[in-house]
Amino acid sequence: MVTDDDAVGRRGFMKSAAATAASMATAAAGTPVGHAHEPHDHDHDHQAIPSDLNLRVKALESLLVEKGLVDRAALDAIVDTYETKIGPRNGARVVARAWADPGYKKRLMTDATAAIAELGYTGGQGEDMVVLENTPKVHNLVVCTLCSCYPWPILGLPPVWYKSAPYRSRAVIDPRGVLREFGLELPDEVEVRVWDSTAELRYLVLPERPPGSEQMTEEQLAGLVTRDSMVGVARVSAAGAGS
Amino acid sequence: MNGVHDMGGMHGMGPIEHDKDEPVFHAPWEARIYALTRAVRAGGGRQNLDNSRYRLERLPPAEYLRMSYYERWAARLINQLIENGVATREEIESGTPAAGSPKADAALTADMVPAMVTRRNSARRDAAVTPRFKVGQRVRARNINPTGHTRLPRYARGKAGVIVRDHGVFLFPDTNAEFLGEKPQHVYSVRFTARELWGAQASSRDFIHLDMWDDYLDRA
Repeated sequence: MVTDDDAVGRRGFMKSAAATAASMATAAAGTPVGHAHEPHDHDHDHQAIPSDLNLRVKALESLLVEKGLVDRAALDAIVDTYETKIGPRNGARVVARAWADPGYKKRLMTDATAAIAELGYTGGQGEDMVVLENTPKVHNLVVCTLCSCYPWPILGLPPVWYKSAPYRSRAVIDPRGVLREFGLELPDEVEVRVWDSTAELRYLVLPERPPGSEQMTEEQLAGLVTRDSMVGVARVSAAGAGS
Repeated sequence: MNGVHDMGGMHGMGPIEHDKDEPVFHAPWEARIYALTRAVRAGGGRQNLDNSRYRLERLPPAEYLRMSYYERWAARLINQLIENGVATREEIESGTPAAGSPKADAALTADMVPAMVTRRNSARRDAAVTPRFKVGQRVRARNINPTGHTRLPRYARGKAGVIVRDHGVFLFPDTNAEFLGEKPQHVYSVRFTARELWGAQASSRDFIHLDMWDDYLDRA
């Protein structure tokens, strides 16, 4: 679908992209850039952040504000929204409701988007939701191998590990090894279903309700549910929580 | 495109660095680049979500792997601003608009943010498109290697699976990413056995589900 002309244009563009990317990552003249450009001898996905990125992004923000393209108060409001309002507590309330209310659970499994919207959670990267139920026989695990698709309205922005090369590369080829790394050893007879978010469907794992939580209120149940359990890399435990 | 972003099944990326209580943003600049990207998107123009992903994929591969997630976002935003003629490289380097450059009115103000973050902007399309496949049918992912954007990962190409769900009609990212039209079509959940994808050493109890468009599939 790419013509030769486009390809030439893209090569030219790539050069400028590379230059820009490099300039983003290179400190001002004479300032060291940490170990960002040292050979890749790291044994993990840690990526050094050039020390002047704060300054460079500040300059970009000033430019766009001065051009009238963005409003600083709007930027503050976006940051505040994802730091304090939209996060995994939303998903935890969905899970707790599903545990506490069989009617809700039925709606959630049939039309997840509508059932989640009942609790007021809608928005970008959560437009078309699918809920995956974990059972004693089936364990679900969510990944996005191609980028970092994640259900923002109910889980917030994804954690670093979810966006990292180790998780993205291995979740599909070695899911049980990945789960073991998270401390979750699954019996061989449990079926593992990995969901690679390659389209615009966004997935929420409905973890198993933990033993010992039978007497808990919905509010207490929500307090047990972790982000990791809703991605499928952990179970929910009643121990030490809800007290 | 067969880029480094298409990581499914790769080895050598190291252990997963899991942090149970990590902050939403790890530094102020991460928060600002996230917000800047959302605010610029709200301004519209020549952009869409697929094009935005395609921009990340076109970062030079060594840079892509070296950069952190939000560094990629920073590089993408800068590339987009320059390519769309919104800002020049000189302006971005200096942080100051060129003399006499026009001043706009911000498309997004703080009072609009609550509505922006809860607004649905679905890729689902209300188009009467006949599905090519049915639930339960065996299909094979096409062995295609487009140089442009695609959401068909390499690890699934040429492999056979079963349609387990028809998600309905969605726009097609391969064309949409390059502003070549939405080409709406059915998206299915396709279930592959781990052994089909990875061979006999994989567990017979592991399954991988991918969401796939009609154009990615043939009858098996």
